[in-house]
Amino acid sequence: MDFLVVFERELLTFRRRFWRYFFAGMVNPLLLLTAFGWGLGRGIQLEGVSYLNYVVPGIIALSTMNASFTSVGVALNISRRYTKTFENYLVAPIEAHSIVLGKVLGGVLRGLLSAAIIVVLAHLYGAEVSLSAEAVATILATSFLFASLGMLVGMLIWSHEDMNTFNALFITPMMFLSGTFFSLQAVPAWVAALIKLLPLTHASLCLRAAMLGREFPTASFAVLLAFALAFFLASILAVRRSSQ
Amino acid sequence: MIRLKALTKYYGDIRAVHSLTFSVARGEVFGLLGPNGAGKTTTIRMLTTLTKPSSGRAWVAGYDVVEEPLAVKRRIGIAPQHLNLDGELTARENLEFHGRLYHMPRSERRRRIQELLAFVGLEERADDLVENFSGGMKRRLLIARALMHSPEVLFLDEPTVGLDPATRRKIWDLIRSLRSEGVTVLMTTHYIEEAEQLCDRVGIIDRGELIALDSPSQLKRRLGSFTVEVYHSGRAERRFFPTREEALEYGAEHARCDACDFSVRETNLEDVFIELTGRRIE
Repeated sequence: MDFLVVFERELLTFRRRFWRYFFAGMVNPLLLLTAFGWGLGRGIQLEGVSYLNYVVPGIIALSTMNASFTSVGVALNISRRYTKTFENYLVAPIEAHSIVLGKVLGGVLRGLLSAAIIVVLAHLYGAEVSLSAEAVATILATSFLFASLGMLVGMLIWSHEDMNTFNALFITPMMFLSGTFFSLQAVPAWVAALIKLLPLTHASLCLRAAMLGREFPTASFAVLLAFALAFFLASILAVRRSSQ
Repeated sequence: MIRLKALTKYYGDIRAVHSLTFSVARGEVFGLLGPNGAGKTTTIRMLTTLTKPSSGRAWVAGYDVVEEPLAVKRRIGIAPQHLNLDGELTARENLEFHGRLYHMPRSERRRRIQELLAFVGLEERADDLVENFSGGMKRRLLIARALMHSPEVLFLDEPTVGLDPATRRKIWDLIRSLRSEGVTVLMTTHYIEEAEQLCDRVGIIDRGELIALDSPSQLKRRLGSFTVEVYHSGRAERRFFPTREEALEYGAEHARCDACDFSVRETNLEDVFIELTGRRIE
């Protein structure tokens, strides 16, 4: 149960900074909801629903990704390179998987907070989306996936600038391309096929179906879980190999 | 308690540590003395399982550092050179989480935290965030954290670097009281005085190689316990003698001109280092 110690340390700072995270976490969703859901999307219908209803699951997916990935990746980068506090885990008599699981669960928590904020805000904007069990499962899987990716990238990347480069090359494009803001039916089939290689695409597909009461795409959910597992295991390997 | 056998580390083509072989006995305070970049920290990193050796082997508390890292980790405490405390937590929380990582039961954690905070004189700041601590306070807390789980072997990497003289003395007192408790200590330092004051034995390391190993007094005795420095026309010449009389005699004989002078003092480890390497330590 060593992972609990690692997780509880994250939990402690999470509680201490809750309101900071809370208000900071509101800014982006408010901007996105205002610009796309309310401003641009007024009167537009997509796949048979109002654009606001259409876009909310996408915004939840991308915000969950951002919160989980950044909170783990950036903190890990700082604790490896600057404060060197990560070394305390490496010299402690605990296994790599406990370190990774504890850190990732910390990131999941941040992802959940971010998703919860948007669900509440979306209702204030008048969106009609339901938080079904499938939706919650998807949010959990998405935050686990991207917290694990943050862990992996944080272990592999040393410089803070490379962290930004990774963001610019992978995270930001994913935010906009992954069927978050537009329907994959609107782009040519080969583009849609490429977009389906991105993990976030499956998060928004699952989430949209779950929140709009459509048939849940279990295949996409399986892809999410597979990505999550792969990133999680790769992070464990990366931690094990960090002593060179 | 610690044994190194031809321990070697290369980073690419750069040889950081070359074939170190020595042992540290139980309860001994052992110092690795050498200039910055001599390979002291790399040696500690290998002994604490953080860095894999390129070749050679090492055992700590009877366990191979590469083969059985968890067994080694359970038995060692580390106060690294960089102050890697968790600044977002209080002093007490730093110790608490550390104790939990080492599976200490709750009652023992509570007792040990009180004991250590008193030991390092931080009781009054126990519940303040560590990011607000001064360098000296952080250094003391770092040592307390390394001792939290009562390790058999303690690694102190440059324990007083960047501290004012008063705080340095406090840390020295801490290390002395550890010795009286029988903890085995391997410390690195580039402060001569520190090694002389604290260490039972000193290994002098330069460019990754061990160039001398003995007690400070033996190292000095071998060179000559007394140093005479003869100054003429701005240059100083240094000679070593086993007795003060011989040193005085040499000085009187060789400082005869008007502008000449000489002084006699006890030999220190820095003299030993300079003689062995031809360079100053800092």
